[in-house]
Amino acid sequence: MSDTAILQASGIGKRYAGVAALHDVQLTLRAGEVHALMGQNGAGKSTLIKVLTGVVAPDDGTIALVGEPIAPRSPADAQRLGISTVYQEVNLCPNLSVAENICAGRFARRRWTRTIHWSRVHEEAAAIMRRLDLDIDVTRSLSSYPVAIQQMVAIARAVSVSARVLILDEPTSSLDEDEVRQLFAVMRTLREQGMAILFVTHFLDQVYAICDRITVLRNGGFVGEYRTSELPQAALISAMVGREFALTGTDRQAVPTGEAAPLLTAQGLGRRGGVWPTDLQIRRGEVLGLGGLLGSGRTELARLLFGLDPADAGVIAIDGDERRWRAPAEAIAHGIALCPEERKTEGIVAELSVRENIVLALQARLGLRRYLSRAQQNEIAQRFVELLGIKTASIETPVGLLSGGNQQKVVLARWLVTEPRLLMLDEPTRGIDIAAKQEIMSEILKLARQGMAVLFISAEIDELVRVCDRIAVMRERRKAGELVGGSSEHAVLDLIAGTA
Amino acid sequence: MSARFKQLSGHTLFWPLLTLALLLVANGIFNPGFLALQWREGHLYGNLIDIVNRAAPLILVSIGMTLVIAVRGLDISVGAVLAISATVAAWMIGGALVVDHGVTTAVTRLPMPVAIAGALGVALACGLWNGLLVVRAGMQPIIATLILMVAGRGLAQLIGGGQILTIYYPPYFYLGNGFLLGLPFTLFVVAAIYALTHVALNRTALGLFIRAIGVNPVASRVAGIRARLITIGLYMFCALMAGVAGLIVSSNVKSADANNAGQLLELDAILAVTLGGTLLTGGRFSLAGSVVGALIIQTLTSTIYSVGIPPQVNMVVKAMLVFAVMLLQSAEFRTTVRGWLVRTERRA
Repeated sequence: MSDTAILQASGIGKRYAGVAALHDVQLTLRAGEVHALMGQNGAGKSTLIKVLTGVVAPDDGTIALVGEPIAPRSPADAQRLGISTVYQEVNLCPNLSVAENICAGRFARRRWTRTIHWSRVHEEAAAIMRRLDLDIDVTRSLSSYPVAIQQMVAIARAVSVSARVLILDEPTSSLDEDEVRQLFAVMRTLREQGMAILFVTHFLDQVYAICDRITVLRNGGFVGEYRTSELPQAALISAMVGREFALTGTDRQAVPTGEAAPLLTAQGLGRRGGVWPTDLQIRRGEVLGLGGLLGSGRTELARLLFGLDPADAGVIAIDGDERRWRAPAEAIAHGIALCPEERKTEGIVAELSVRENIVLALQARLGLRRYLSRAQQNEIAQRFVELLGIKTASIETPVGLLSGGNQQKVVLARWLVTEPRLLMLDEPTRGIDIAAKQEIMSEILKLARQGMAVLFISAEIDELVRVCDRIAVMRERRKAGELVGGSSEHAVLDLIAGTA
Repeated sequence: MSARFKQLSGHTLFWPLLTLALLLVANGIFNPGFLALQWREGHLYGNLIDIVNRAAPLILVSIGMTLVIAVRGLDISVGAVLAISATVAAWMIGGALVVDHGVTTAVTRLPMPVAIAGALGVALACGLWNGLLVVRAGMQPIIATLILMVAGRGLAQLIGGGQILTIYYPPYFYLGNGFLLGLPFTLFVVAAIYALTHVALNRTALGLFIRAIGVNPVASRVAGIRARLITIGLYMFCALMAGVAGLIVSSNVKSADANNAGQLLELDAILAVTLGGTLLTGGRFSLAGSVVGALIIQTLTSTIYSVGIPPQVNMVVKAMLVFAVMLLQSAEFRTTVRGWLVRTERRA
C-alpha cells in the first residue's frame, strides 16, 4: 500500500430536484489499494460512482486524477481518462467470443486490407487475460463460461484500456464463494500492479477479506475514511447506520402491550431462497420493529406475511385461526396491509390520479360490484390529502408527478383508508426528506396508539429503538433474536452483526 | 391553432373519428350515391348500413382485444377461436333437409340454443386456456396465444372433419342475415354487447382495476386487486367475443370454413384497437375508439372495392392507407410536421 493519491474527489455535492443526494463528500483512492465504499441504500454510493464515471456532473466539488483536475462528461470520457467501471450486471455480449468482447471497438487490423487480424486479436486478448493470471480459451463464446469468468472478462476489458482506477460496483452479488475467491485473486494481482480499486459491496466479510481502506457514506454525507485494520465490524455498522436525525413526539413507554392477545402469529414460516422458518408474534396496538442489514430477510418475511410470496413452510394464524394466503387480497381481507419497499415498482400506480391511487386498496377490498361513487372517492381522497399533508396540485394529478415523499404518503393513505388491523411498513422513510419522514412516523405512531398493530421494517437502528415496543432482528435470512423496546442500540447492533 | 382546437384534438376519439369522416367524405366524392340510405321492403339499405353490418364480427373481437391489450396482454388466437366457434356451431346444428310427404323441413342435430351455448362454451374454454398460459405459466402473451392460433385451426378442422360444414337450418340464419325494426339484427347484437361492456367498465370498479393492472401489475397485486383472476377473465371475454363473431360469420355464410373463417382477423383487430387510440403498452384504452377503428378498417375495405381498385393490389392499397392513418395519429409525426410548417412560414 503506497500513499500516492491517484484519484482525489473533494467537496462533491449533487442535488436532484432540490434534494441533496450528495453533499461535501470526499474520496481518495491511492495506487495499489483496494478501497471499499460502504453505506446503506440511499447513502449516495451510486450517485458518487455516477459522478466519478461522468454519468452525472456534480454541482459542487472537484475531482483530480494524479493531481490534474478532471471533469468526465460521459463513461467513455472517464474511461479515456483512466477510470473504468464494471457494473453488477455483466454488460458484455454473451454470444461473442471472449476475445471479441475484450477487444471490441479496437480490433487489430491488417495493414493493407484493413480486415481484422484475428490471430493478433486473440493473442492480445489472451495476453490481457494472463495479466489477470487467467489462462482461458479466448476464442470460445462468452456464454460458455460461468458468471464469475464473465465478470473477470468484464474486468479484463476495463483494465485493458490502460486504466489507473477500477470501480467494481457490487461485482460479487451473483457469485458463489469459490468464484468470489477467484475474483479476489484477480483483484490482488491488479493491486500489486499499482491499480487503485474502488470496491462497492453489501457483504461486510468481503470488505474485511480484501480491502485496505473504507470510506463510509450516510444520507449523502461523508462519515469518514478508515483503515480496515483499525475499524472493527460493529464500528463499521454503526458508522453506516448512524444516528442522523431526532424524531420528535414519540413516547412509546406509556403503552402497555405485553399482555394483549396476539393478532398475528407466524410459526415456522419460511420459503426456500427467501427466509428460513421463522416464528413471529404481533399484538394489537404494538409497534414491532424488524431490523437487520439489507438482504437479511426482513423484506422477504413481510412478503410472506402478506401473501405476496407463497410460503412453503409454516403457518400464519390471525386471532388464533390458521390462514394460508394465495394472494395479497386474502391477507388484506383479514385487515393486513403492506407498504412495500420499492415505492415505484410495487407502490404507486404512476399514471393513475392521486384519487384513484388512494381508493385503490379499499375498492379492491370492496370488490367489483360495490363501486365507490365519484363523490365518495373525492371525499376520501380529499380527507387523506389533508390528513397526511400530501402536496399535490389536485386529487386528479397523476401520482407519478408527485415528489417521492408525497408518493409515499399516497401509498400510506391507500392503506389507512382500509383501516387495517396490522400495517406493515417496509422502509417507509427511505429516499424521502427528513420532514416527510417525521410526518409519516408520527402519523403511524398515532394510529398505533389507537390500537393498530404495526410491523416496522427499518435499517436505521436509532429509529427502531426509539419507535418500537419490541424489536426482532434478522440476520442471514433467520431471526437472530428479539429485544424489548428501549434496548440500547449496542444490543441491536450486536444482534445484527452476530457478535453477541 | 386555437385553444379550442387543441382541447378537441387532445380527445382520444378525435383522430379516429376524423379519419373515419374523411374516408366517408372521400367515398361520397368518388361515388355520389355512397352515403345514400334507402327504405326498401321494410328494411333500411345503404353502404353505411352495409359497412356496420359487415364490421360486426371485427367490432366484437376488437372490443375483447381492447381489454386484453389494456392489461398488457395480446390475443392473436381470435381468428382461430372464431373458426372453432363457427365449426362447433355448424356441427352441432348440422341440419338436413328432410322431405316428408312432399313437405321439406329442416332438422337439426341438436337444438339451436344448445348449439349456440356449446360454441360459446368452447370459445370460453379457449380463453381460459390462453389466460392460464399467460398468468399461470407466465408465457409472453403473443407466444401463449400463438399456440392456440396455430393449433386452433387444426382443432376446428378436426371437428369439421376437414370439410366446409354447410348449415341447413333457416332459423339460425337470422343471426347473421335477419332484420329487426328495419335494421340488421347484428347491429343489435353489437350494440347490446358494447353497452354491457361499457356499463361493466364504468359502473363497476372493473375499469379502474384494468387501468391499474395495465399501468403497474405488481403494485395492483400488492394493493389487493386480483390481477391474475381479472386477466384470465379478460382473455375469456376476448375469446367469447371471437365466439360470438364466429356465430355471426357462420350464420351469415350458412357454413363454417375451418380454414378461412376469421383469417387474419387478429391483425385487423389489433389494428382497430391501435387506430382507436389504445396504447399497446397497456393502461390507457378506449372502447369507443376500438369500435371506430374497426369501422375505419371496414370502410377502407369497402372503399377499395367501390373505387374499383383491382383485387390483386387491394392489400397494398390498404397497407398504404393504414400507414397514412397511423402517421396522422402519431403525436411525434404531427410535431415534426408542425416543425416543418413553422420553419416554412418563417422563411416565407
